[in-house]
Amino acid sequence: MSVTTYGAGGDTLAHRSRIGWAIQDAIAVAHRNLIGLFRVPTTLVFSTIQPVIFVLMFRYVFGGSIQIEGYRYVDYLMAGIFVQTVTFGSINTGIGLAEDLSKGLIERFRSLAMARSAVLAGRTLADAVRNLIVIVLMVTVGFMVGFRVHTSVLGLLGAVALMLLFGFAMSWVMALIGLSTGNAEAAQAASFPLMAVLVFASNAFVQTRTMPGPLRAYAEHQPVTAAVDGVRALLNGGPTAGKVLVSIAWSLGIVAVFAPLAVRRYRRAA
Amino acid sequence: MSDAAILVEDMGKRFGDIVAVDGVSLEVPPGTVLGLLGPNGAGKTTTVRVLTTILRPDSGRATVLGYDVVTQPDAVRTSIGLAGQYAAVDGNLTGRENLRMVGRLTHQRKPLIAPRADELLERFGLAGAADRPVRTYSGGMRRRLDLAAALVHKPPVLFLDEPTTGLDPRGRNDLWAVIGELVADGMTLLLTTQYLQEAERLADRIMVIDGGRVIAEGTAGELKQTLGNTIIEVRLAGAADAERAKGRLEAVGAAEMLDDGRTVAVTVVDAGRAVVEAVRTLDTAGLTPEWLTVREPTLDDVFLQLTGHKAEEPAPGQDAKPAGGRTKRGAA
Repeated sequence: MSVTTYGAGGDTLAHRSRIGWAIQDAIAVAHRNLIGLFRVPTTLVFSTIQPVIFVLMFRYVFGGSIQIEGYRYVDYLMAGIFVQTVTFGSINTGIGLAEDLSKGLIERFRSLAMARSAVLAGRTLADAVRNLIVIVLMVTVGFMVGFRVHTSVLGLLGAVALMLLFGFAMSWVMALIGLSTGNAEAAQAASFPLMAVLVFASNAFVQTRTMPGPLRAYAEHQPVTAAVDGVRALLNGGPTAGKVLVSIAWSLGIVAVFAPLAVRRYRRAA
Repeated sequence: MSDAAILVEDMGKRFGDIVAVDGVSLEVPPGTVLGLLGPNGAGKTTTVRVLTTILRPDSGRATVLGYDVVTQPDAVRTSIGLAGQYAAVDGNLTGRENLRMVGRLTHQRKPLIAPRADELLERFGLAGAADRPVRTYSGGMRRRLDLAAALVHKPPVLFLDEPTTGLDPRGRNDLWAVIGELVADGMTLLLTTQYLQEAERLADRIMVIDGGRVIAEGTAGELKQTLGNTIIEVRLAGAADAERAKGRLEAVGAAEMLDDGRTVAVTVVDAGRAVVEAVRTLDTAGLTPEWLTVREPTLDDVFLQLTGHKAEEPAPGQDAKPAGGRTKRGAA
């Protein structure tokens, strides 16, 4: 279906299908966000400092007293760190959108005849690119502290893809929070408890079987644990397919629920 | 069916308990400028947000070039440009990048995007700063870029929401000149402002809005005429004399002490005779003014008479809460 053009200036308009526009608009917005990312690299730097501190802390401070059967702790740990990194990184999606909202940019976008999904899709896509950069940095840091991939290059690429997918899914959750709070500080404050409950009550750093009953039940059935399981299997070997599928299902499920909610919120934000 | 470029019929919008717009109707013929004049919280911005499809009205209807803002939002969006007090441009991008982004997002044909951005940068005096990140721009430059961004897709109808709020006099004058050119080119414009001078300078017709309702409408001249008055201002040497003069001048017309404490403003109907009377009254009382002027009422006077409060102050009992119920961003 092609989009009808209206009003004056019709002769200057390009023609494309509705889906084509949605994709083109999302790319235009992603491009804009990436320019910002590279022009103000401080966010990138801060996205990396925190996980590096976690690596050093768990590897050298706590790591010595944590025994995980069948793993060198550094190999066990890095899967958790990677997922933690993309999960915390998704907060940037919420902060960025909250800033756009408070600066009136969202208002401008909403007055344009562009796809309603584009501002959010563009932001989450740009954040996926940012996540990829941070993941590459974290893998390098991992290698420096003794982490090794025990499967193959394909395993590593699969693990990175799984992390990116999970980070993308979490970006939609944060998009909803960012649009609902409407300012950067509030978005950050509102996201942190959720992040903590997801990341620390999981198998990212320790095994869930030492946790008390109800907490363990939660920790074993939540999306971060699923993502860490998938990534860990892809990097270390053992039964993999089932874990990867569970993680993909979680990510797609999160997008299916939160993307429509975020777009709905976007339509109403002003 | 009306030929109006912008038509609003009995439009209402509320946010929870706050009635932001309470049955506003307006009509802007093509190629003309309507100034929506009112204090903070009067409902100006909400009206613009409804007309630019950002908010849905609770009641009534609104059309732009005949397209309904609720049922044909994309047609409206293609026809309009919006610029406002928030200067909605991306600080991390350069001026050129901002305009090109809007070119892409308004679905212009690709070969037209770059030349259009260059043309606008040139026209708005931003060519020299085109490749600097916008966060290094002055307030006036940001507003000009914001206005340029609203014009990328050559919309026939433009909405300017408090375009000069917070600008210094020079920035304001520059922007007025630019807006004046657009108007001369035949653009239909709806402008909101708290500045009476701005409405008088840019608008063909002015609508005074307060507490979500239209309280007066007309040309600047008509509005002054409706109130039908001339103002005589008399400045005395000291406060005591001024008080005495005010008492005497009550006989000539409604007298009011201005903020300086020694100037009396008398609102009169028949200017010629009133001046003679005022001079005679003062002379009889042995009062000699430092100066005496006769002037047309400004829109400030009009506003004060219509609403009982000054334009810069919110209406009594009305908190200046903007649409959406959030804190007003960077508003003066």
